[in-house]
Amino acid sequence: MRHIISVLMENEAGALSRVAGLFSARGYNIESLTVAPTNDETLSRMTLVTRGDDQIIEQIQKQLNKLIDVVKVTDLSEARHIEREIALVKVETRGGDREEVKRMADIFRGRIIDVTDSTYTIELTGNGEKIDAFLEAMGSMPVTEVVRSGALGIGRGARSLQA
Amino acid sequence: MNLSGAEIIVESLANEGVDYLFGYPGGAVLHIYDALDQQQKVEHVLVRHEQGAVHAADGYARSTGKPGVVLVTSGPGATNAVTGIATAHLDSIPMVVLTGQVHSNLIGNDAFQEVDSVGITRPCVKHNFLVKNVEDLAETLKKAFYIATTGRPGPVVVDIPKDVTDPNVKIPFEYPEHIDMRSYNPTRKGHPGQIRRAVEMMLSARRPMIYTGGGVVLGRAAESLTELTRKLGYPITNTLMGLGGYPADDHQFLGMLGMHGTYEANMGMHHADVLIAIGARFDDRVTGNLEKFCPNARIVHVDVDPSSISKNVKVDVPIVGEVDDVLRDMLRVLDETGGEPDRESLDAWWKQIEEWRSADCLSYKGSDEVIKPQFVLEKAYEITRGEAFVTSDVGQHQMWAAQYYRFNKPYRWINSGGLGTMGFGLPAAMGAQLGNPGADVMCVTGEGSIQMNIQELSTCLQYGLPVKIVCLNNRYLGMVRQWQEFFYQGRYAMSYMEALPDFVKLAESYGHVGMRIEKPGEVEGALKEAFAMKDRLVFLDFVTDETENVYPMIPAGAGQNEMILV
Ligand SMILES: Cc1cc2nc3c(=O)[nH]c(=O)nc-3n(C[C@H](O)[C@H](O)[C@H](O)COP(=O)(O)OP(=O)(O)OC[C@H]3O[C@@H](n4cnc5c(N)ncnc54)[C@H](O)[C@@H]3O)c2cc1C
Ligand SMILES: Cc1ncc(C[n+]2csc(CCOP(=O)(O)OP(=O)(O)O)c2C)c(N)n1
Ligand SMILES: [Mg+2]
Repeated sequence: MRHIISVLMENEAGALSRVAGLFSARGYNIESLTVAPTNDETLSRMTLVTRGDDQIIEQIQKQLNKLIDVVKVTDLSEARHIEREIALVKVETRGGDREEVKRMADIFRGRIIDVTDSTYTIELTGNGEKIDAFLEAMGSMPVTEVVRSGALGIGRGARSLQA
Repeated sequence: MNLSGAEIIVESLANEGVDYLFGYPGGAVLHIYDALDQQQKVEHVLVRHEQGAVHAADGYARSTGKPGVVLVTSGPGATNAVTGIATAHLDSIPMVVLTGQVHSNLIGNDAFQEVDSVGITRPCVKHNFLVKNVEDLAETLKKAFYIATTGRPGPVVVDIPKDVTDPNVKIPFEYPEHIDMRSYNPTRKGHPGQIRRAVEMMLSARRPMIYTGGGVVLGRAAESLTELTRKLGYPITNTLMGLGGYPADDHQFLGMLGMHGTYEANMGMHHADVLIAIGARFDDRVTGNLEKFCPNARIVHVDVDPSSISKNVKVDVPIVGEVDDVLRDMLRVLDETGGEPDRESLDAWWKQIEEWRSADCLSYKGSDEVIKPQFVLEKAYEITRGEAFVTSDVGQHQMWAAQYYRFNKPYRWINSGGLGTMGFGLPAAMGAQLGNPGADVMCVTGEGSIQMNIQELSTCLQYGLPVKIVCLNNRYLGMVRQWQEFFYQGRYAMSYMEALPDFVKLAESYGHVGMRIEKPGEVEGALKEAFAMKDRLVFLDFVTDETENVYPMIPAGAGQNEMILV
């Protein structure tokens, strides 16, 4: 099962490597990991996407909590939540299908954020599935670069992760 | 009071009540050594190898319950310390290790004697710090001691660049009284509802087993455990790390469990209907094959570290908390509810256990010709009246010490269980002796292990540490030889110890007393003579039976009811 785990941690040098080290040392899988400071600059918020059965996910949460720098851990997938990812996709347009690329970006509510004679760069936001679907739809086009942020997540409604 | 970083370190250690600092100097820590030289509160013990410093601090911690403290230089000083740190980490030993680091301007430049100590030690510490400013030093040290000694204890490394200890930069010093960390709040008290559920489950048992580990020793809970166990009248077994948590001479004690545990303990585990696990972590040396582990038991598990619970074995009633607090709460609930165990079933259960016990699985064939290692340990137990602090190295001798020296009190049995570090025994004995002056300290070792930190004989002379080294010299890396005999059809690849030194002369050249004991008839006399030499280190080189194996044994992958008895 895929789980989105949010971690609130002290914004200290090395905190990220503790998490990365934990996952590799214990053989847990990481699909994506993003981290940045929060509105409280002494705290960082990390979103981790991982897979595992219930026992593994429980251990992952316990092991994360055990890290001294970690303040709070929650499995967002346990309740209603919103997931967003941003992707930047560069497409070669010399072949003349500029119109088709533009149309596709529109359908997926993407924005073209950079234009040259030979390329378009599209910005797309959504959950992972939407981005996967867009890339699939672009299958026949000459995509030269895909940059994805990895998932960000937040609980719906009043539920919030705070120190 | 204005102090330099180096002075702040020394003052902070004094504030923490540190009496011994185990270490070895080098460029990056010279300012600290200079500050140590100008005071009397903290005594520095100069070892002969940094690994020895960490094991010595570890032995000090295990035998006193206080944190061990270490100081080493950057680069090779830090890397030499890593084995010791990992050893302490796996056994959850409270320890603070100060490592020197290159000047902070040079970090990342491949400077002389630079290694990323924080990076190297990260996977084998409870936590670590790099101190970048002298202003952060006192608070970081306070945090280091707090983290090392609370919750599930463990080693904390504090990496200190040389400029942070500059004698010319003085700042006001005040050691923090207490520390509050929003990200670290270990649980003390167990959940009352869970404790009630646990007590109910315990009382409903017809074939109960109490299985306890290192957490009882670390958590100073031997007394409450003994009270609860006696009150219930249930059988109890200890892990290798838990020995001494319950008096070994007591009738309810079934001995150690696990790979080299007793028949009665392992059979009791296998047939139990309720398992009460306290401060133990279901290690693979204990459970054997997980599929076959305690097939019929409902399980209560008390542990201060939530990640120990349901890690290997799913449990029914988890209780997160300090063992002593939880056990006392359990006693209170028992008193309040007046609940009683089912005596009839318990009698039948004990009858069954006595039957297993009558197999007398630890009996061995004595000899008048060749010294049996078990015999040496039985005699050592008698002569020290079971009161000695016993450290051990790793191998067959370690298992025999665990089986034949009966530990009636906590803190007396000091060995590397989790990492299994050969070379642990002698330096650990130094720490135990410093922490317990006047007590008998015995290091049980093998001719293989002792050579891994033999240089510490020199430290023992310098500090007058009258450790008794009981070397069970079987001329083999015996534990390896045993596995080769059982599982590799007797192909003894690289397990014979050739070219051994003359340990008697070796001990003498280090300024100690050496004895070689070759006949069973000489064992008792030699031990008596050695332990009578209160102020001398004695190296007793017992020439033992080279073919002896450790029994019982559960082969890897087997269940607890599938033991090899002899
Ligand atoms: C050659 C060799 C053979 C071995 N054979 C055996 C064997 O036959 N049998 C055996 O048992 N072991 C054996 N071992 C040791 C084994 O590898 C493990 O080290 C040992 O079983 C772990 O013991 P433990 O479960 O008590 O855990 P420990 O490592 O002592 O861990 C203690 C547990 O208690 C918890 N804890 C700590 N403090 C507290 C507190 N205050 N309150 C509550 N909980 C706390 C911790 O979180 C942890 O979960 C062998 C080792 C070697 C080297
Ligand atoms: C540092 C280290 N290296 C290797 C091992 C693997 N090992 C475990 S027991 C053992 C043999 C120990 O021999 P000795 O000290 O003579 O003890 P004996 O088993 O003969 O009693 C070895 C090599 C280890 N535990 N530690
Ligand atoms: Mg040997």
